[in-house]
Amino acid sequence: MKRQMGNKTGPKQDKHLLRLYIAGQTPKSLLALRNLKKLCEDYKIASYEIEVIDLIKKPQLAQQDQILAIPTLVRNLPIPIRKIIGDLSNTERVLMGLNWARPDAPDGVQ
Amino acid sequence: MNTTARSHRSVKSGVAGQIEKAPTGIEGLDEITGGGFPRGRPTILCGGPGCGKTMLATEFLVRGATEFGEPGVFMAFEETAEENTQNVASLGFDLKSLSARKKLLLDYVYVERSDIQETGEFDLEGLFIRLENAIKTVKAKRVVLDTIEALFSGFSNAAILRAELRRLFRWLKDRGMTTVITAERGEGSLTRQGLEEYVSDCVILLDHRITDQASTRRLRVVKYRGSFHGADEYPFLIGERGISVLPISSLGLQHNAPTQRLSTGISDLDQMLGGKGLYRGSTVLLSGTAGSGKSSIAAHFAAAACARGERCLYLAFEESAGQIARNMRSIGIDLNKWVDKGLLRITAQRPTQHGLEMHLLQTHTRVEEFRPRVVIVDPITNLITGGNDREIRSILTRLIDFLKGRQITALFTSLTSAGGELERSEVGVSSLIDTWLLLRDLEVNGERNRGIYVIKSRGMAHSNQIREFFLTGQGIKLVPAYLGVEGMLTGSARVAQQLREQEEMLARQLEVEKLRMELKSKRKALDEKVVELRAQFSAEEKRLEHEVALSDGREARMKKGRMAMAFSRKADRAAQPTPVSANGPGGDR
Repeated sequence: MKRQMGNKTGPKQDKHLLRLYIAGQTPKSLLALRNLKKLCEDYKIASYEIEVIDLIKKPQLAQQDQILAIPTLVRNLPIPIRKIIGDLSNTERVLMGLNWARPDAPDGVQ
Repeated sequence: MNTTARSHRSVKSGVAGQIEKAPTGIEGLDEITGGGFPRGRPTILCGGPGCGKTMLATEFLVRGATEFGEPGVFMAFEETAEENTQNVASLGFDLKSLSARKKLLLDYVYVERSDIQETGEFDLEGLFIRLENAIKTVKAKRVVLDTIEALFSGFSNAAILRAELRRLFRWLKDRGMTTVITAERGEGSLTRQGLEEYVSDCVILLDHRITDQASTRRLRVVKYRGSFHGADEYPFLIGERGISVLPISSLGLQHNAPTQRLSTGISDLDQMLGGKGLYRGSTVLLSGTAGSGKSSIAAHFAAAACARGERCLYLAFEESAGQIARNMRSIGIDLNKWVDKGLLRITAQRPTQHGLEMHLLQTHTRVEEFRPRVVIVDPITNLITGGNDREIRSILTRLIDFLKGRQITALFTSLTSAGGELERSEVGVSSLIDTWLLLRDLEVNGERNRGIYVIKSRGMAHSNQIREFFLTGQGIKLVPAYLGVEGMLTGSARVAQQLREQEEMLARQLEVEKLRMELKSKRKALDEKVVELRAQFSAEEKRLEHEVALSDGREARMKKGRMAMAFSRKADRAAQPTPVSANGPGGDR
């Protein structure tokens, strides 16, 4: 998996690579995608890219990327990789999961 | 009764209406379950940590792939695929090669709670897709979900999880997957998360207990919908070749009864056994107290088998192989010779080294490897001290069935205590035994002698005598029974009795001699007396004759005097005194 090292600027300024795993165009999946886009806008993520992966089309990725729950959101960038599940309607948890809750805290120190 | 019989038949023939089964290929398990796990349905395998769930599940897949042409998917939620590969490699299962040949697919599902934030509604479609992909990849017929309960630690929303698991099991059933789901034993329930509520077709419980420091694994079919199954707890082993479940009647009483006879290696003993020795394939129990010569008789038996060119497996639980060979040399039996020729294999082990079942399995393995015609277990008592009576009986039954099924003649020695208590407790085992020889210490007059007798021997006219025997430099010698007036005598009592009888005979001879001497001396005395008396008599005679002569002379002289006087008186002739001479000497006495 691609890793980016040594970039220590603020979390929101970092380039975000977000991968959303879904299984077909289910209401849950669509809701999750909507919620994700909204969050990125609301939290003013400077640069982000959302990659939607439909496991029905690429089933082998379920094993490769260790996906069980649908929908699953994986933040590949900035590091560390973070993984959250669900339709992203609980904003508090999404922020906690993506470590966006404290915008000033340095990220990637784990 | 009727239904049982019918369902049993259907297992083998697969009659419609009865549930179809997928054989596990695991030794013994298919017998208990009447053919295997329910085909196309989920089976729960539950038990505590380290009880062998993963092993059993893995073997189910491996055997399915290698023996029944049913590829499988192993989805692990706890161990990594790498770890599991290593674990089962010890059982001789090469998962890597099976994976490479697409007979098996290992998928490790990484579950870690700290990783996952639940941000709303979700389902486990990812798992389904993953599983489906895996099933398609190897065209699987079998699936193992190894501790799917681990998911409960990865997701906090148990309600979703339960609904999803229910859906998963139904999904697997719809796809006709014979599935094994392992689960941790819960408190008060079979599985920690109550999975048995969702899977009700077949539930198998594994258990790992320590009894007297020896570990025993047990398996029980708690539930098997639509099928008969053994209800007991069956011991099972994880051995060098996988799992073996040991049902009590693994063979039953189906074995043939050979009529061929074998020598015990001691011709006198053969004489006691109907003159021809033991039947091939029979089971012999040789019990006796410590030092009564059990091992020596066993060694004779072993040497005799080897001399016939048969392989003999000697399982020693008391002495090392070297010690046995050395000790037997002292009674003139060279076991090393047979070991070198490859006819004799002595395996010495401490009985405490493994549990009862493990010993049984090892015996199985060794017999399968070495293919002996004679097996000696010396002593079986050491082996069975660990278990209770029921266990011992079941283990022995299985061991005997196994050996009989292969027409292997078995000799078990058994150590009994001098009190005779064990002798009685062995009666429980004795019904399994064909020939029972008892070695006894005969304690009389402050010494201990060895006696042997045949308690029973099926199918032959055997001796009822107690025979004394010696351990000599040339092996065991049976002494002809010495029956005196007071019953059987042994040892020095026998020798003493023989001596006593010799002495008595000698004494009688002396007595006669003495009487003869006495008679002789009496005769001699009589003769001497006769001589003496004769001498006395003759002396007297002489004296008396002399006296007679003297008195005759006096008479004559007196007559002469009287005549002279008469003459001088001119007396009448008629007046001669004749009667005087007649009265003279006689009247004196």
